[in-house]
Amino acid sequence: MENKRKAILALSDGTIFEGLGFGAPGEVAAEVCFNTSMTGYQEILTDPSYCGQMVAMTYPQIGNYGLNVEDVESWRPWVSGFIVKEPCAEPSSWRSEESLDFYMKKHSIVGIHGIDTRALTMLLRERGAMEAIISTVDLDPESLVRKAQAHPSLVGRDLVKEVTCTEPYTWDELPWSLVDGYTRASDLGDNAKMVVAYDFGIKRNILRMLTAAGCAVRVVPANTPAEEVLAMAPDGVFLSNGPGDPAAVTYAVENVKKLIGKVPLFGICLGHQITSLALGGKSYKLKFGHRGGNQPVMDLATKKVEITSQNHGFAIDGDSMKDIAHVSHINLNDKTVEGITGPGFFTVQYHPESSPGPHDSEYLFERFMESMKA
Amino acid sequence: MPKRTDIKKILIIGSGPIVIGQACEFDYSGTQACKALRGEGYEVVLVNSNPATIMTDPDLADATYIEPITVPMLTKVIEIERPDAILPTMGGQTALNASLDLAEAGVLKKYGIELIGANVKAIRKAEDRELFKEAMEELNLSVPRSGVANDMVAAREIAVDIGFPAILRPSFTLGGTGGGIAYNQEEFEEIAASGLDASPTNEILIEESIIGWKEFELEVMRDHADNVVIICPIENFDPMGIHTGDSITVAPAQTLTDKEYQILRDASVAIIREIGVDTGGSNIQFAINPKDGRLAVIEMNPRVSRSSALASKATGFPIAKIAALLSVGYTLDEIPNDITKKTPASFEPTIDYVVTKIPRFTFEKFPGTKPNLTTQMKSVGEVMAIGRTFKESFHKALRSMETDAYGLDKIINPNRKAYMFEPTALEKDAIKRGLATPTPDKLSYMADALRAGFSIDDIYHITMVDPWFIRQIWDIIELEDELSRATELDEGLLRRAKEAGFANKMIAEIGGLKETEVMELLGASNVVPVYKRVDTCAAEFEASTPYLYSTYERPFYNINSNNPPAALCEAAPTENQKVMILGSGPNRIGQGIEFDYCCVHASYALKEAGFESIMVNCNPETVSTDYDTSDRLYFEPLTFEDVMAIVEKEKPFGVIVQLGGQTPLKLAVPLEKAGVKILGTPPDSIDRAEDRERFDELLTKLDLKRPDSGTARSIDESVTIAGRIGYPVMVRPSYVLGGRAMVIVYDESALIEYMTKAVEASPEHPILIDCFLAGAIEVDCDVICDGRDAVISGIMEHIEEAGVHSGDSACSIPPYSLQPDILDQIRTQAKALAMELGVIGLMNVQFAVKGDDIYIIEVNPRASRTIPYVSKTIYKPLAKLATQVMVGKTLKELGFTEEVAPHYTAVKEAVFPFIKFPGVDSLLGPEMKSTGEVMGIAEDFGGAFAKAQISAGNTMPLKGTVFISVKDDDKPYMVEIARDIKEAGFSIIATAGTESYLREHHVDAEMVKKVGDGRPDIVDRIKSNQVDMVINTTVGEKSIADSFSIRRSSLEYAIPYFTTVAAAKTAVMGIKEIQGGGLTVKSIQEYHKELIQRSSAS
Repeated sequence: MENKRKAILALSDGTIFEGLGFGAPGEVAAEVCFNTSMTGYQEILTDPSYCGQMVAMTYPQIGNYGLNVEDVESWRPWVSGFIVKEPCAEPSSWRSEESLDFYMKKHSIVGIHGIDTRALTMLLRERGAMEAIISTVDLDPESLVRKAQAHPSLVGRDLVKEVTCTEPYTWDELPWSLVDGYTRASDLGDNAKMVVAYDFGIKRNILRMLTAAGCAVRVVPANTPAEEVLAMAPDGVFLSNGPGDPAAVTYAVENVKKLIGKVPLFGICLGHQITSLALGGKSYKLKFGHRGGNQPVMDLATKKVEITSQNHGFAIDGDSMKDIAHVSHINLNDKTVEGITGPGFFTVQYHPESSPGPHDSEYLFERFMESMKA
Repeated sequence: MPKRTDIKKILIIGSGPIVIGQACEFDYSGTQACKALRGEGYEVVLVNSNPATIMTDPDLADATYIEPITVPMLTKVIEIERPDAILPTMGGQTALNASLDLAEAGVLKKYGIELIGANVKAIRKAEDRELFKEAMEELNLSVPRSGVANDMVAAREIAVDIGFPAILRPSFTLGGTGGGIAYNQEEFEEIAASGLDASPTNEILIEESIIGWKEFELEVMRDHADNVVIICPIENFDPMGIHTGDSITVAPAQTLTDKEYQILRDASVAIIREIGVDTGGSNIQFAINPKDGRLAVIEMNPRVSRSSALASKATGFPIAKIAALLSVGYTLDEIPNDITKKTPASFEPTIDYVVTKIPRFTFEKFPGTKPNLTTQMKSVGEVMAIGRTFKESFHKALRSMETDAYGLDKIINPNRKAYMFEPTALEKDAIKRGLATPTPDKLSYMADALRAGFSIDDIYHITMVDPWFIRQIWDIIELEDELSRATELDEGLLRRAKEAGFANKMIAEIGGLKETEVMELLGASNVVPVYKRVDTCAAEFEASTPYLYSTYERPFYNINSNNPPAALCEAAPTENQKVMILGSGPNRIGQGIEFDYCCVHASYALKEAGFESIMVNCNPETVSTDYDTSDRLYFEPLTFEDVMAIVEKEKPFGVIVQLGGQTPLKLAVPLEKAGVKILGTPPDSIDRAEDRERFDELLTKLDLKRPDSGTARSIDESVTIAGRIGYPVMVRPSYVLGGRAMVIVYDESALIEYMTKAVEASPEHPILIDCFLAGAIEVDCDVICDGRDAVISGIMEHIEEAGVHSGDSACSIPPYSLQPDILDQIRTQAKALAMELGVIGLMNVQFAVKGDDIYIIEVNPRASRTIPYVSKTIYKPLAKLATQVMVGKTLKELGFTEEVAPHYTAVKEAVFPFIKFPGVDSLLGPEMKSTGEVMGIAEDFGGAFAKAQISAGNTMPLKGTVFISVKDDDKPYMVEIARDIKEAGFSIIATAGTESYLREHHVDAEMVKKVGDGRPDIVDRIKSNQVDMVINTTVGEKSIADSFSIRRSSLEYAIPYFTTVAAAKTAVMGIKEIQGGGLTVKSIQEYHKELIQRSSAS
């Protein structure tokens, strides 16, 4: 790296990792979490669900294939800080347009490298997710730990308002293909369904998958009243992923309450949590979350296992869903709730739109189409 | 779904001998499968002809047949055992083909046997080029375009469709003769014509060239419920054009965006479903165009493979074990992940390190062939290394190779002092050539290219190696330059060098220091390695299995704690009494699976003796590097630096060095000097046996004979010594294994040529000159000794006479021709040597018997290559016993005090890789060339020998024509053999000299022309399938050269050939044996039962 300036990562529990800065210089505090995906760092950087978090990649060599204009999940990167063992100075890929360091500088993302990311991961695994700070300007450990401790936790914070769109818009871009890149859906055909997608921090690939499944998608801001949505007479409503604590997004919970039973609902991640809360369930913060592309989920109806892409720090308490909805999917690693279903709705905690991650769960978009036919 | 209860007995077919392309990875997979299925309560029957495997250990299967893997023999096993199912996916291509053959022969149907794992239809679909192509088209996946032509017209049509460059391959020519790459029409015409001519069926395959594309492999698993997971994506450092077995490969894939990786993943899932592999693992290879990401499917192996062994070791996910469990009905989610214990196997491993595999070549053994790396696999082994970054794992892999390289060596003017240099025009050309034609030296050329100022782009355009990898190597070169210019090696620089994987030796060499000085500097700066765990999940879950690798990480600290900053080490050594076993590193000719077998047994023995076992090895193909073989596994290079670091961390009670071949033995003295306790035979005894002068003293003291010999440190000295001894003499460098560079020279000029060209004699590297005992019988004797008692474990009489390397010679237990008094003398001498040397553990002595004289050729106070073969024959786990002895047990306590005298015969035969090396002569000599071995076991010698031949791939003809051409010395011995051949119903053809000699002795033979005496000659006859067996012995350079084409064509046309009279004689015995009633099969457990009955009866 041409950038050899010192940087420190300080955790709220007092742990100090001394490394080297890359990307933008400066200082940033946020919750630190780890992601175990070996590919897809650009999708991760641009996933709005990471708003308010800094991400440590467990795979040590990040940036190998560079960054490009296509592999984005929103209009800008959202991670607060980026932690890698060894960023790649000179990427290699026919798709690469710029290096990780350049990209992070361009988008003012502070990064630290050269630290033991495995040790950091183990710390987070054992002690749970915590507030942290990366700094290239203040190198006083005591001061940094104090700042990390002072940083507000994600619990109770509504981060959706930071990432949602301000105006409704229409989406017609299809998923990426090797030969054609992105193309637009020209004609969705007679079976097309009109879907309103609530943007709580929506990933573009969800919109692309909905389009590919045959949805004419209208994206609306997170605080759009249910009545307004119903007035649009959609065939179905989609509830998107997004950052932070679902319990803090009370307006969304209230709106969803009004939608359940009125129109077929499909929710992903935060959309799943908000639906559960609207049904009367409870959410809680996981010790260190699920973030990666290798999480096994079982569809309890078929007993088939899907390898899923996940990114969530909160989860729904299965016990709280008893008698309210049917738990349809569970995580085989820790048996947490990964999906619920009930009359007029089905939601999953994981990311069937992948990007990054495996495509095993794309059938859910078809299931949504089916639910709108009935 | 729970496991199946409708099947009770399962037959597992092994992969037979170690050959290039099929090595001990199948012992690893077969062993896992046996253990897993027996663990589930199934009865397991195993057939494998390779005695050097762990899987053929009698306690791994209910019935173990060390028998040829052929339809007739397998059918006999099936008749006896009546298995319900066959698991065909564990024994490589051998087992897959054998299973298909059994199906075709109707055997499966007749006995109601089911193939589990992969069915016949799926195997065919994956293996048949056309069916596979159709299946891929069905999935909208492209394969390289290709076509088959039988004449020039058809060939040209295909060329129009495919374009240039095109790859041409003649059908049914082994070794790739007559093929090539055509870059234009003119070249195409030429290669196509010669290819059509070279093919026995006048057929050529013309294929679109995707040379230079990037190559990837995915390991896929599927269960009955159609759950599919990818275990690991592997990226080849080398582009398409070099066989993946010969490529440096890296896990995980480094240069694919997630979008591109998911295309591969989707394709893999679709392919395993379309091909119809019901359960288990498959390996799928892809090529990707670096310019636009276009994808082509290369091939699929519907079974576990070399790559799946690598993927298992690279991730900690035991593919073969899980595949075995899936084959009996379990689903992935029902099987726990061994490493985390808490999570299921239905997930995709994610790793937080980089794994590098580098293949090991032995071109130096085959001087007639070019060391070029092509689509034909030629490597004989491999190493794997784990590091937190590519640079670290790459560096660790380089020093794991044991090629005396500890990093990226210089190759252009290698004695130059500076690293970076200004190349001359000639040097620049040499670099370009080295880059353009990949050989095992390609990395040195790449490094020197960078040092000489070539840009990454320059190198990429010549090599097509992805620039990402070249840039990594540039990072290393840059750091090397910094090290070479540094006036002082401060902590920061040292740390960066160690993080990039530089060996201490390399840092020392660059900095002009001693290795010990570098070690001191590192110690003073507290730059020490830490150990991390391979856990399948990038630390997301706790790992309970101590599968460890070293790395260098930065210290960190907590401001609320008084602990000083420290890097996190996960080794967590226990307080138990522990013993460390040093493994044998990469397989190579001369040091193969046999030594891994011994190390694994050591581990088992230590467990039984109550010690914690710690395995150190770097070979991913082996059972020893399975994480559940030993209590703790360190996947590390076997260098002094790496081993000492583990010793310092673990503080073992002692280290076992005598079981892993030369690799750990080389470390014995330095480790002992560093204060490490070497268990068993003291290193000084090893030195006494290896140092020529001390060895002579030893023999004199014991009044034992050795062939007249001397040690030469110069050419003049060699001439004097050879003159004194008398020609022919055997010459070789000291301290080598496998007879490296050992030859027999017949006169002074040949000696001088050897001394100047083949070796560089010097005071540090003396040359040993021995009297060559022409016509002597060689005998191997294995002894186990506890310091008080020495017990003979096996006396093996060689079939080839002295002069053929013991590793290449067939041999027999018990001896088949030696007289009892000679054997008694051998016993006495071997025991005396063991006692005098103070052997604690194993020892091997090689004798030569000429008339009544017994000569000692060599003494090796360590486990020899014959240990597994002897162990299987006498039904005693020798390596296990030796380990017990090393940790203090006596042979009396272990109940092994008497030599075992089997009532049956076991013959070991060697297996050779000549077919893979175009242009190489298959004559045997003092330099070892075999890659593996088989064993034939039967009531008598003839049957055992015949079985060994069949297992070694020499199909014994039962009728037809035998060609005989022997040197003058052999002619008298040939008469009786020729008579036997006639008696067995064969006709004989012979070259003029042999024919007239036979005629004089009243044996009729038809005369056939030598090559060069007019056509049709003997080679024409061979190529016209008119010869069924070849006996051809030669002497002298000219006649060897003259007869080369006979041996080579026999090899290419798969005609059994014998290059010594002794082997020919026994072959004829074997043929008569088969003719006389056929061979029967019996499990080694049955033989053992008989052995016990006999000994209790006597």
